[in-house]
Amino acid sequence: MTLDFLIYKIILVLIVFSITLLVATYSTYAERKIAAFLQDRIGPDRAGPFGILQPLADAVKMFMKEEIIPNVSNKALFVLGPGICMLTACMTGVIIPWGKSINIGGTDYPLQIADVNIGILYLFGVLSLGVYGIMIGGWASNNKYSLLGAIRASSQMISYEVAMGISIIALVMTTGTLSTGEIAAQQHGWHWNVLIQPLGCLIFIICAFAETNRAPFDLPECETELVGGYHTEYSSMKLGLFLFAEYINMFISSAVIATFYFGGYNMPLIGRWVHDPNVLAILGFVFLFMKIVGFIFFFMWVRWTLPRFRYDQLMNLGWKILIPLSILNLVLTGAWMMRHEIINYFVK
Amino acid sequence: MITTYLFYLLSFLAIMFALMVVFSKNPIHSVLYLVLAFFTIAGHYVLLNAQFLAAVHIIVYAGAIMVLFLFVIMLLNLNKETEPHKSIWLKASAAVASGSLLVVLVGSLKGAASIPSAKTFDASIGLIENLGQTLFNDFLLPFEVSSILLLSAMVGAVMLGKKSIK
Repeated sequence: MTLDFLIYKIILVLIVFSITLLVATYSTYAERKIAAFLQDRIGPDRAGPFGILQPLADAVKMFMKEEIIPNVSNKALFVLGPGICMLTACMTGVIIPWGKSINIGGTDYPLQIADVNIGILYLFGVLSLGVYGIMIGGWASNNKYSLLGAIRASSQMISYEVAMGISIIALVMTTGTLSTGEIAAQQHGWHWNVLIQPLGCLIFIICAFAETNRAPFDLPECETELVGGYHTEYSSMKLGLFLFAEYINMFISSAVIATFYFGGYNMPLIGRWVHDPNVLAILGFVFLFMKIVGFIFFFMWVRWTLPRFRYDQLMNLGWKILIPLSILNLVLTGAWMMRHEIINYFVK
Repeated sequence: MITTYLFYLLSFLAIMFALMVVFSKNPIHSVLYLVLAFFTIAGHYVLLNAQFLAAVHIIVYAGAIMVLFLFVIMLLNLNKETEPHKSIWLKASAAVASGSLLVVLVGSLKGAASIPSAKTFDASIGLIENLGQTLFNDFLLPFEVSSILLLSAMVGAVMLGKKSIK
């Protein structure tokens, strides 16, 4: 635990944090542009060339709006809600391996902030805390629509966490590790986990949509029924933080999907042409980002294509389809891993 | 050295949050303080090198059970008006009961100095790999029995939740 190590980690944290915020900021712009593209419109084009400064304008607008805290609300918790939302959204970035280690002057600098051996469990811990922000915010507003939105959000997140957890257990069984860095490193070449765990990957992606409260699972903020959902009473930057946390969650879940199932920073065949480890590390970072951007596009594409579920359909999908499917996936994975023993048992 | 300071800090916070759970007027605040208390206890697990236990503690207690608690309390919307009146006898008996529990705890901890401490401290003992080996080799039967217990509790909950049993 030298000072160098500490400084290096702090720099890495700052870089990851700023990249997360930057990507989330421009996701809002991308969302508008993609929505416009899918609906045959032009989208924002006034602020800067191609509307590239639109997120800046949005941020200024958010900050300038009047701050309203309802009189009947629980003030401390009302302010705490968006804060917790933002905090839990930013916490997951530390276990993502952003690339291989970079070698500077004989010392290896891994591009992962914390390669803990319980990485996946850490992810789940943070995920399960994410619901507090929405719940506290929704309850503290003292508004029926907010409370309904908060309850919808939390029951939805609790329900889909189960299927997500079981689909991840199958992944842990095949990889034999809980460390995200190790999982990413195992997927070199074509050994992507999506080819080994296609069903688990599908379930994980669906659950990721539900966990981030994105369409078609955006019932917590279903404006036709609940005005604005859990953030009905919020204004100004507190509302901004709630909305922004959703984009951060989307970025992080894209990164997690890419790391767990789509090879992380690995790209097949690249090792044939590039041999310098530092260049490979930087290229790996670029590849990971390409995958992340692809998934963010996928998230948005789905949002502007599929209509919203009804609430009973959402619960049926979670409990009656995804959980049995993920258990089936678990059993099949186990059977496949023990196939030699099973065959030996019957053949003998 | 840092771990000692961290231990005292975490212990102080744990006791403070636990007291806040009891003294808060608002049940929602109590639940949130309890969540914070769970965090400090998870911190203690990390200090003891039991990372797996810490993570599972957060997931299960802070992430799942307390969310359900919060859920129920939010829906009940407890406040001063709906609080049932408790008689003085009930309060007195509660004080006596918890006081005698304290005496028992202090009595059992009094002999703690005579317990021999673990001779060799293995830093990897709390890691998930060793835990899995121990659970599935040495303690397989208790492990499976406890999972069956959980399963039966689940089935029981579903039976109770059903409106009509045919």
